[in-house]
Amino acid sequence: MLEMLILLVCGSILVSGVLAVMLNNLMAAMVSAGLASLFAAASYVLLAAPDVAMAEAAIGSGLATLIFLYAIRKTGGDVTDE
Amino acid sequence: MRRVFILLVVAGFGVIFAGLVTGYSERQALSALATFYLTEVPVDLGAANVVTGILISFRGFDTLGEVAVLFMVAASVGVILASEPGDKPLLLPAIGGKGQGPSELVRNGAEVVLPLIFLFGTYVIMNGHLSAGGGFQGGAVVASGVMLMMLAYPTGPLHHGFLTITETLAGVFYVSIGILGMVLAGGFLDSHILPRGEFGTLFSAGAIPLISMLLGIKVGAELSVIIDRFRN
Repeated sequence: MLEMLILLVCGSILVSGVLAVMLNNLMAAMVSAGLASLFAAASYVLLAAPDVAMAEAAIGSGLATLIFLYAIRKTGGDVTDE
Repeated sequence: MRRVFILLVVAGFGVIFAGLVTGYSERQALSALATFYLTEVPVDLGAANVVTGILISFRGFDTLGEVAVLFMVAASVGVILASEPGDKPLLLPAIGGKGQGPSELVRNGAEVVLPLIFLFGTYVIMNGHLSAGGGFQGGAVVASGVMLMMLAYPTGPLHHGFLTITETLAGVFYVSIGILGMVLAGGFLDSHILPRGEFGTLFSAGAIPLISMLLGIKVGAELSVIIDRFRN
């Protein structure tokens, strides 16, 4: 059961990571990258490392995503990336 | 040509990771180092959470290095993104609002959630030696609360100089406690300068809660400074 859950979460990391690379809309890509980070935090919790999970959830999916969003807006890359 | 090269690099990584995966077998017994940590941290340091005990005491110097790296990042972001002295900081609206301030949802949500986030961050920092978490994690949680505050109140009461001074003072006290450990106890950042106390209570584990608190303040202020730089 736990193995299945871990596999599911790891698969989600992969999917959202690939989406972050493939998506043309920069905002959507950035949210997808944050999602990958969030799934990574979930996998740390499942693997019994709550200390690491807390840092990953706060920094990886919270602060890093926001900094990227600010940067995207500042450079005017809000639209689609051709 | 370029494609072939990229394909080769990816294939190389694949071979390396395949070797790691196939050669992996779960360890049945703890290694000698892990056994030492697991028996020694609760007895010697009095910390119920072994991870924080290792991070703040045994590997305290590494943690100081991490904080130093973070400080360097904050300083270089400041150098790169510093606004000109005469420049008026342009108050960009929060993400989501086009042209005007933050949306109603963000502002009202922040009022409900913000106190909880700060409370949780403080809890994580203060109970680092008892349960999961510690200075670094709690500081990151507090910083994400500050981030929400910046989003909800773009012209809010957050002062840049205050953050910088808080961060600097926390760093100075952190290193001072380290030097105090060298004078009073076994070495740099030794947590034995304060009594060990009763195992499992809030005020126990020597100087670990104190160091954790300073670390939390420093990390929280530093990350907030970085976000604040990006904001304007």
